[in-house]
Amino acid sequence: MTARAVLDPPTRDRQLLRPVGLACAVALLAVVVVVSIAVGTKAIALGTVLDALHDPDGSEDALIVRSLRVPRTVLGLAVGAALGVAGVLMQGLTRNPMAEPGILGVSAGAALAAVLGFRFGLSSPEQTAVLAAGGAALAGSVVYALGSRGRQGASPVTLALAGVAMAFLLQGLVSAVVLLDADSLDQFRFWNVGALADRGLGLLRGAAVLLLAGALLAVVVARPLDLLALGEETARGLGVAVGRTRLLAAAGSVLLVGGSVALCGPLAFVGLVVPHLARAIAGPGHRWLLAYAVVLGPLLVLVSDVLGRVVVRPGELQAGIVTALVGAPFFVHLARRQRLAGL
Amino acid sequence: MSRLEARELELSYDDRLIVKGLSVAIPDGEVTVIVGANACGKSTLLRGLARLLRPQGGQVLLDGQAIGSLRTRDVARVLGLLPQSPTAPDGLTVGDLVGRGRNPHQRWFAQWSESDEDAVTEALRRTGTAELAARPVDELSGGQRQRVWIAMTLAQGTDLLLLDEPTTYLDLAHQVEVLDLIADLNARDGRTVVMVLHDLNQACRYADHLIAMRNGAVYAEGRPEDVITEDVVQQVFGLQARVVPDPVTGTPLVLPLSSRHRRSAGQP
Amino acid sequence: MTTALRPQVSVRADGRSVVLRRGRASVVVRPPSVSVGAALLVALVVVGALTLSVGEFPVPVGDVVRSLLGRGDAGVDFIVLDLRLPRLVCGLLVGAAFGLAGALTQAVARNPLASPDVLGVTAGATAAAVAVLVLGGPRTTALPVAALVGGVLTAVVVFLLAARRGVVGVRLVLVGIGVSATLQAATNYLLLRADITQAQAATVWLTGSLNGRGWTEVVTVGVAVAVLLPVALLLTRPVGVLQFGDDTARGLGVRVGATRSVLVLLAVALAALATAAAGPIAFVALSAPQIAVRLVRTPGLPLVTAGLVGALLVATADLLARRLLAPTDLPVGVVTAVLGAPFLLWLLARASGLAGRP
Repeated sequence: MTARAVLDPPTRDRQLLRPVGLACAVALLAVVVVVSIAVGTKAIALGTVLDALHDPDGSEDALIVRSLRVPRTVLGLAVGAALGVAGVLMQGLTRNPMAEPGILGVSAGAALAAVLGFRFGLSSPEQTAVLAAGGAALAGSVVYALGSRGRQGASPVTLALAGVAMAFLLQGLVSAVVLLDADSLDQFRFWNVGALADRGLGLLRGAAVLLLAGALLAVVVARPLDLLALGEETARGLGVAVGRTRLLAAAGSVLLVGGSVALCGPLAFVGLVVPHLARAIAGPGHRWLLAYAVVLGPLLVLVSDVLGRVVVRPGELQAGIVTALVGAPFFVHLARRQRLAGL
Repeated sequence: MSRLEARELELSYDDRLIVKGLSVAIPDGEVTVIVGANACGKSTLLRGLARLLRPQGGQVLLDGQAIGSLRTRDVARVLGLLPQSPTAPDGLTVGDLVGRGRNPHQRWFAQWSESDEDAVTEALRRTGTAELAARPVDELSGGQRQRVWIAMTLAQGTDLLLLDEPTTYLDLAHQVEVLDLIADLNARDGRTVVMVLHDLNQACRYADHLIAMRNGAVYAEGRPEDVITEDVVQQVFGLQARVVPDPVTGTPLVLPLSSRHRRSAGQP
Repeated sequence: MTTALRPQVSVRADGRSVVLRRGRASVVVRPPSVSVGAALLVALVVVGALTLSVGEFPVPVGDVVRSLLGRGDAGVDFIVLDLRLPRLVCGLLVGAAFGLAGALTQAVARNPLASPDVLGVTAGATAAAVAVLVLGGPRTTALPVAALVGGVLTAVVVFLLAARRGVVGVRLVLVGIGVSATLQAATNYLLLRADITQAQAATVWLTGSLNGRGWTEVVTVGVAVAVLLPVALLLTRPVGVLQFGDDTARGLGVRVGATRSVLVLLAVALAALATAAAGPIAFVALSAPQIAVRLVRTPGLPLVTAGLVGALLVATADLLARRLLAPTDLPVGVVTAVLGAPFLLWLLARASGLAGRP
């Protein structure tokens, strides 16, 4: 029996379901993108929105559409896709269904760097973004180095434990800083929920490099991760360089999470729920998983963002809060239906 | 007389019915071997008999009582089980693993009685694993590991033994060794053995009672020489074969005819 | 069983454990567990003595002992017995409860990343406590009650949602994560709504603090540990067998579903009470069992050792939290993570073949 046959039992349902499902998801995403541009705290007629897009007249409405709604929609697309893909990588790497991109300590590293920035006055959005990306990368590297020192290299369990330990350590330090300095706490609590609003596209250009590099790595490791799912020894036997695959997958995940944390702060839960959602539809093959994650991630983020704008008008709920509120019931439902396959 | 019996048993995984209205009585004091093609439900039946699966319909009777209604601990003193690919935590020693077999006999105030000690020592001796006692299980070879797991089931000290493919991972010599051990447990201690085996010829050699399954039901059962005919092999395994007496034991010996060799094997 | 019967001592075949027998009763003792336990106890005594003696008003250890024996003078008695002792005892009990709850959860989930957090206890307690803090209310009395109710209620919801044809470890964990995330979002929302002083108070509580804890907390957590620990110990053997997987465990006569349910209930009760007393002290429940496993180096989860490690971790952390930035009193949760994490990381990095055990 070949590796593919083990991974993807060739059920006719699924062969049909996968492309059709993906097409539906893409269509749905397109609709949500339109809604995200058209709907907001301020009611603007659809016609005006369309005018503003292809023929800006300099009115306030046009300004809102072009400089607020379009950027945050683009941001939602990028960050959602990045977190979804990072989640697939981390779950494939650790083979632990609890794994989410933060598990390598990446989010906590970003948070500590950001909070230190707040404390010492480096708190413009650009500075925060650079610090967060740097902190994420540093924490991720340290965890990987520590986790892979054991006899058999980076064993999934050691890696996950090292990541969690590091995350707690860094979170402890974050608490220490914010408890001793009320101003930092004030800035931190708003950054920490994760939001798409007011971030601007300038940052995205910088972060795009990180995100694209991460995405490239994800594509590269998709097939080796499929084989790794059959067990380390089988994978080795089938010619997979296990150590390198794990390193690349971890690096990809760190890049993607670092980039998206820099852009939007930590968006809770996207990286955890999206891979499970994707697996429930697409089965365990990583190439399909990644394809689905790229679509479902933005879908979750943008739907959450739109809901956040609508439900508490004229105020707004940050996307990071809504992603959890929307994603979690889904996740619980999946878990109960036993469609969350073990890894 | 049968201590272990299935009546109109239906077993399923999720919504897929695997064993369909099957009735079978396991003869006491004999070795029963279940054979059949892959996915015919033989492991499922064994798991059902061992109360690992709750029946969808019908029931499994142990000493005349529905096995599901008995305390699982009481069942574990009568019926021992070796799952198909059991897992042990890393670093566990052989002695510790075999000692776990005494679980149904232990109490919080009697964590390690002399009979526990004796049973484990005897189990280690019978399986030839005594010198491995202090070694971690994860460092053993496949053959050693299988013998250690059998030792655990032995230490449980049950009258009934259910074994799911006890010879997997073993070379031919070790297969024979394990099967001889099992036959010995039956012959000397009078234990009732039920096992799933892949190798038809070994099944014929070691079974007193053979159950051939097809498609979730019993296709034929009885003494191997009565059950294993060329027709049954064809029906159960979809395999054309010659059946001749085993020159060593006289039991049926199944010689498959592959498409390559069919021509030359046309005549005896 | 007469006293004339001398206990028999023998070494078991695995070469790692010793059996004590007397008549029909028998106990298995593992020398590594005993020596590690003894070492932990010594460390606890040292940390305890330091805690009682060090502070704004240093009290020599001799005077501490005299106070404990009821022969100290009134001023020292007040500092040692009324201020420092209840906080110390509370820390020890809370730490032990978290450590034990963590070990039980990890045994059920067969996942080293599991802790009572994933059962929703922490998220539920936190959301309830923050709601009380932010939405106003009689803080001192309502807070622990709200946290307890929130924690237990959430765990019950998680348990009911996960219980379909028996509670399976993975499903329990995943449902717990989902429910927790929802409550976490609610907590974050409340924190954003709060003014900065409320947010600060909430952050202190969220981090976990022993500041101002007294005999009331000691009694509640103490009773819980005293009642629940023996129950947990009775389950040590089934817990060990559960690590072999459901089929083997059932074959060996363990009622898998029932055992799991009891373990979960114990873990929830311990964690919820400890959280109500001191807030969700970070990392103790997760790290204490993992540290214990790597210290004792026996397979399976050593429950008592995990409790001792938890107690030592919290007591040491609180000592440091009080003194590091004195007179500022850091919440103990800041230090448990900063103290426990490097230790666990070191153990992981040093790990031999024993790494990667659930």
